[in-house]
Amino acid sequence: MDTLLDVRNLTVKFALRDSALTAVNNVSFTLNRGERLGLVGESGAGKSVTGFSIINLVSKPGFIADGSVWFDGRDLATLSQEEMRKVRGNRISMIFQDPMMTLNPVLTIGTQMVETVLAHRNVSKAEAEAIAMDKLRKVYINSPEKRLKQYPHEFSGGMRQRIVIAIALLTDPALIIADEPTTALDVTIQAEIMDLLLELCRTEDMGLILITHDLGVVSQVTQKVAVMYAGSIVELGETEQVCSNPQHPYTRGLIAALPEAATGSRLNQIPGSMPNLAEIPVGCAFNNRCELGKGACFTTVPQLERKQSGVFAACHELE
Amino acid sequence: MGKTPLLHIQNVVKHFDISGGLLDQLAFSGGKIVRNRSVVHAVNNVSLDIMEGETLSVVGESGCGKSTLARVVIGLYPPTAGEIHYRGQRMDNLQGTARRPFRTKAQMVFQDPYASLNPRMRVRQILEEPVRFHKPELSGDQVREKIAEVMDQVGINPVWAERYPHEFSGGQRQRISIARALVLDPEFIVADEPISALDVSIQAQVLNLMMDLQEQRNLTYLFISHDLSVVEHISDRVAVLYLGTLCELATSEELFENPRHPYTKALLSAIPRIGKGFQHIKLSGDVPTPIKLPTGCVFHGRCPNANDRCRQEVPVARTLESGSVVACHGVEEGRI
Ligand SMILES: Nc1ncnc2c1ncn2[C@@H]1O[C@H](COP(=O)(O)OP(=O)(O)O)[C@@H](O)[C@H]1O
Ligand SMILES: Nc1ncnc2c1ncn2[C@@H]1O[C@H](COP(=O)(O)OP(=O)(O)O)[C@@H](O)[C@H]1O
Ligand code: SF4
Ligand SMILES: [Mg+2]
Ligand SMILES: [Mg+2]
Repeated sequence: MDTLLDVRNLTVKFALRDSALTAVNNVSFTLNRGERLGLVGESGAGKSVTGFSIINLVSKPGFIADGSVWFDGRDLATLSQEEMRKVRGNRISMIFQDPMMTLNPVLTIGTQMVETVLAHRNVSKAEAEAIAMDKLRKVYINSPEKRLKQYPHEFSGGMRQRIVIAIALLTDPALIIADEPTTALDVTIQAEIMDLLLELCRTEDMGLILITHDLGVVSQVTQKVAVMYAGSIVELGETEQVCSNPQHPYTRGLIAALPEAATGSRLNQIPGSMPNLAEIPVGCAFNNRCELGKGACFTTVPQLERKQSGVFAACHELE
Repeated sequence: MGKTPLLHIQNVVKHFDISGGLLDQLAFSGGKIVRNRSVVHAVNNVSLDIMEGETLSVVGESGCGKSTLARVVIGLYPPTAGEIHYRGQRMDNLQGTARRPFRTKAQMVFQDPYASLNPRMRVRQILEEPVRFHKPELSGDQVREKIAEVMDQVGINPVWAERYPHEFSGGQRQRISIARALVLDPEFIVADEPISALDVSIQAQVLNLMMDLQEQRNLTYLFISHDLSVVEHISDRVAVLYLGTLCELATSEELFENPRHPYTKALLSAIPRIGKGFQHIKLSGDVPTPIKLPTGCVFHGRCPNANDRCRQEVPVARTLESGSVVACHGVEEGRI
């Protein structure tokens, strides 16, 4: 298969006065062309920072301390700002939880879309408008001629997120990174947006990195999943396999904690909470919440390795 | 039958007038000056009973009136019309001191433990405040004892009483909010999205705590959440709201196994669940504005089963054989 993205040993730190905190720790994964990967974990696990660092957009005091991000035969982590801007506009698009991160409230949808097209392609204004309308149709926005003249506030939350997706499509990207794109939306609208993303990935042969805390969404939309905890990937594999037969004690705990998984009235809880970056334990970051933790777990960081079940997990206690 | 519910909510209506000052309302139209008022119809004629010891959940999409209903029930907003009865006694028309006993018996827990705990107060002060106000007869020692007891019950070590809210994690802060609701030994707790700001593993801890407390103290919960899997798990009964209107009210099992109202069906089909396929009922269009409610059934514009009657006549909530209460012409006519 054709590899689209190859993230290797990515480490992102945040500089403090005389030290640095590690927000993303030695993260590696690959994505094939047209493939959909879920990045799941609790808030603060490092999902967004991973997403931003792929497109080299970690802002100060954050910096990529180590690792590479191979995309289209180039290491994005080493590109100049100018070169990176071209990649971001053309080949990779990002979608955020809040559509207003992308949309400008004082410009019409049309102005924003046409400007985006003109910035990246050598076409006339009329052609740019035609492209914009075509993309609006792709996200099922009716009467696009009329919609182009409207402002963001004239749309509902779900419609705004559709428009953001249409904008992301303007440059025919090979990869979309969607960071919690439906977290602020109601379930029925979430289902529609996920439908749409899934369909677009299929018809446009687009890769997708779906960042979310919702395992249900991941299980419905993605083919592969990486579970993050305290900056590291603790489990990586086929979504179906990870969801039905989780290996890492954290993934197991997370899935067992879902109400659907409870056998009686009590939910299965993982004791404690995820440590903040300054307090990550020595050894395995999960050792203070883990039932299996012993010996090496408290001294040595476990590496992500293929385990007997076929998935990759970072755990000393798994065969 | 015959048992007095803890809470009886009868034809409750809540409107918000958002027209602004008189001058903002005046407009010149057809050669005459007319006065335009804009009213948000947040809750429309909702009736339901909450039985002692049960968990009744309210679900529906954002803006459908869940929080407004909760606030009317607990007395934070006066209803525009309708009545609230607590143990058979009408509450909504009581003022000031006449209302006080109810205020201690009914408490509220909010979604955001960051916003609802005063950052400048120590946990001890946060917990003492309601006790000192409502039970001034208690001695200093009795108050301290009470606070240690509730902190212990919610799983926060009482030695941390001198700390400030920011020194705790999100889950711990929500425990502190729950402790604050408990210090007055209430019977009834309204929890408005109490776990929505928390991560999954922490949600399980807080939900278990709420279920334990319910058992220990025989609490009655009005629980609001947009997480339908959680609602299915913890509720005895579930009420589905759409545009401030009650569509369906049923036991949790019945609702999730056999939803009857077309909106309930669509809503439940959209829940993302592990291992479930990705088939959901697609609704056309968006939720209309509560400023101008649709005629007839509030759901008719998006309902796949709507007919002329639906567009004209407001459906009445009826009890089906299964015990579910459903407001839908299609169900009544037997065509759904
Ligand atoms: N600008 C920043 N400065 C310092 N720390 C940051 C900054 N941005 C993120 N972090 C930290 O990096 C960690 C990972 O954050 P993030 O990737 O946003 O988590 P997630 O998206 O999984 O919720 C968190 O501990 C967060 O506090
Ligand atoms: N204080 C208020 N003033 C005016 N409108 C309000 C007020 N509170 C709520 N609303 C409106 O009432 C409707 C119901 O809101 P709410 O009860 O908060 O819904 P939910 O909790 O289900 O999301 C919404 O249209 C909301 O904008
Ligand atoms: S009353 Fe009519 S429009 Fe309303 S839900 Fe029932 S079938 Fe649909
Ligand atoms: Mg994030
Ligand atoms: Mg609300």
